[in-house]
Amino acid sequence: MNPVLSRLARFVTARETGILLALVIVVAITTAVNPRFLFSGDGFRDLLLTPSILLLVAVGQAIVIITRNVDLSVGSTLGLSAYLTGRIFIDLPWLPWPAVFLIGILFGAALGLINGALVAFAKVPSLVITLGTLYAFRGINVLWTGSDRINPSDMPKDFLALGTSAIAGIPYLTILAIVVLVVAGWFLRTQRAGRELYAIGSDPGAAHLYGLKVTQRTLAAFVVCGALAGLAGVLYAARYGTVNSQAGYGWELDAVGAAVIGGVAIFGGSGTVWGAAIGAYLLLTISRALPVVGVPDFWQGAVVGALILGAIVLDRLLALRTARRLRDVHARERKEVTS
Amino acid sequence: MSDTILADKPVRTYRDYGRPLWRRILMTHEMAIIGLLVLVYIVAYVSVPGFAGPLTIQYLLPNVAAVLLIALPMTLIIVTGEIDLSVASTAGLAGVAFGIANNAGLGVGVAVVVALLVGVAAGAINGFFITVVGLPSLAVTIGTLALFRGLAVGLVGTDRIGDFPDELRSLVLDRIPGTPIPNIIVLFVVLALVFAIVLHFTPAGRGIFAIGLSSEAARFSGVRIERTKFLLFVVSGLVSAVAGIYYALKTNVSLADNTAGLELSVIAAVLLGGVSIFGGRGALHGVIAGVLLIGLLGSALRLVGLTSDVISIVTGVLLVASVVATSFLAWLRVKRVVPGGKKGSPGPVQ
Repeated sequence: MNPVLSRLARFVTARETGILLALVIVVAITTAVNPRFLFSGDGFRDLLLTPSILLLVAVGQAIVIITRNVDLSVGSTLGLSAYLTGRIFIDLPWLPWPAVFLIGILFGAALGLINGALVAFAKVPSLVITLGTLYAFRGINVLWTGSDRINPSDMPKDFLALGTSAIAGIPYLTILAIVVLVVAGWFLRTQRAGRELYAIGSDPGAAHLYGLKVTQRTLAAFVVCGALAGLAGVLYAARYGTVNSQAGYGWELDAVGAAVIGGVAIFGGSGTVWGAAIGAYLLLTISRALPVVGVPDFWQGAVVGALILGAIVLDRLLALRTARRLRDVHARERKEVTS
Repeated sequence: MSDTILADKPVRTYRDYGRPLWRRILMTHEMAIIGLLVLVYIVAYVSVPGFAGPLTIQYLLPNVAAVLLIALPMTLIIVTGEIDLSVASTAGLAGVAFGIANNAGLGVGVAVVVALLVGVAAGAINGFFITVVGLPSLAVTIGTLALFRGLAVGLVGTDRIGDFPDELRSLVLDRIPGTPIPNIIVLFVVLALVFAIVLHFTPAGRGIFAIGLSSEAARFSGVRIERTKFLLFVVSGLVSAVAGIYYALKTNVSLADNTAGLELSVIAAVLLGGVSIFGGRGALHGVIAGVLLIGLLGSALRLVGLTSDVISIVTGVLLVASVVATSFLAWLRVKRVVPGGKKGSPGPVQ
């Protein structure tokens, strides 16, 4: 087949395309009801900006889920990193703000290292470990923050501007998120270490027997996930300006939800960060679209839940179809050999 | 991982049945948690001012009752190797249904039935997706966690539905005369006995363990896996609804976010109590001790003047420490029996 055509065919049949289509439809319907949803400076900016931070967390989560693990502590990591960001601006005002980014990322990576080390070395299921660290990190956050709060006045203006302003209509945050997404997508798709993550997620035992560095790769996945949650925390501070001890509360479910909606299989080995990113956009865009089309905000949660269920049922149906097609192909090949 | 199973299984059998009976009963994860519970109680009794009185128990039990209730079906579900993250949302939705039905003047008896039916329906939805469609329970119940909570929020928004009849409230919340124990605990004890008998002393219970150990082997032994799992999720919905009604009565208000986040406390307590997240291993007395341990530590720390943040750190660290310790002990055991047999890191908890 013509390479362009085959590439096009692959795009049309990709799991991510379905979600992308759903996103486009949601935006189209909402815009038809209220054109300002898309066709106004603020509308367009918010459409891109709102899901950008969740996108980062969802990309990290997808990387971990692909290795057949899960990181439930991302919300707590984000909260700690966001408060740390504010604290640095208050306590070390001479530090240039790019350094704050670096500290936030390294801090998140360190928390990810704790998770990863417990999962990879102690061989304890990640669901349990990260449930534990979800509590522990949040507890440390509340202990540290107390009833204190970081206010916009505590942070430099250009740092806050980073969270909300745009260049050529595209918010800085979105550009950053897309860059991270492209790098992660490229790495997982083309790099040896990235492919090994899929192999580990498909069958950890087989990957180990094959000689893959399962421990090391799992550890790395958690560190990257933590680092992205840390980065998201810094951006959270920049975007919202106020940080209390509850920042990022419940984000772990949004992140896992975004990945699952985007076609990342919960038991690892399949899915892409692109899917997770589109899932994050779909999740938050639907939440914003509902009030516009006249559904009270209160129903957002129910729609999100239905969406997750719909996505996993769809994945199941697609998997069954693929299995049937593979079986047919095998049957035909066998017939050709025997005849 | 296949290599660990090969290295691990014969060793376990040898050690488990080669030991004297008293060691098999006493040297278990469950007994360690119960021991820790007793230890915490004694230390707090002696050293924490204000802990010794009956007030501690009087405050503790109503607060942990909902977690205690939901922990029962959760234990059975985790033993089969599945998980139910939607329990707190089911409880919240049932509580809201209870409030709405009660407010509509249907009478409190009908309201209770409506709430319980909502719980059964919620459990059946989970069961349908997991056993009929064949989806992983982790993914399904993350979805229904959002869905059921979303329905509760959609139904009442930020309204406060409350004012339940005093007779029902006192029936549930009053203490047994002469003791600091509220009546709900009686219901819990009855349920706990039923669950314990089913899990530990009936063929159905052996089937539940068999599913968790090896679903394939269980199927060939004639265990009806789908039916068992479906029933467990329905029971989980039902008990969650009971917890939801209880919570609404206790606070005397049905809010949309009643019991939000409770699923994590339940799961943390169940795992702390020695139930393996991979299924096939666990016992109810350990789980009950796990719930009480977390609750009691919380009470003691609060009396010392520490706040909920420290308690959540302690919960988290305890959970991580308990699974890491189990994994480490298993590794030590393999090392001792098979000298130099397994190099590197400890094996997974079985």
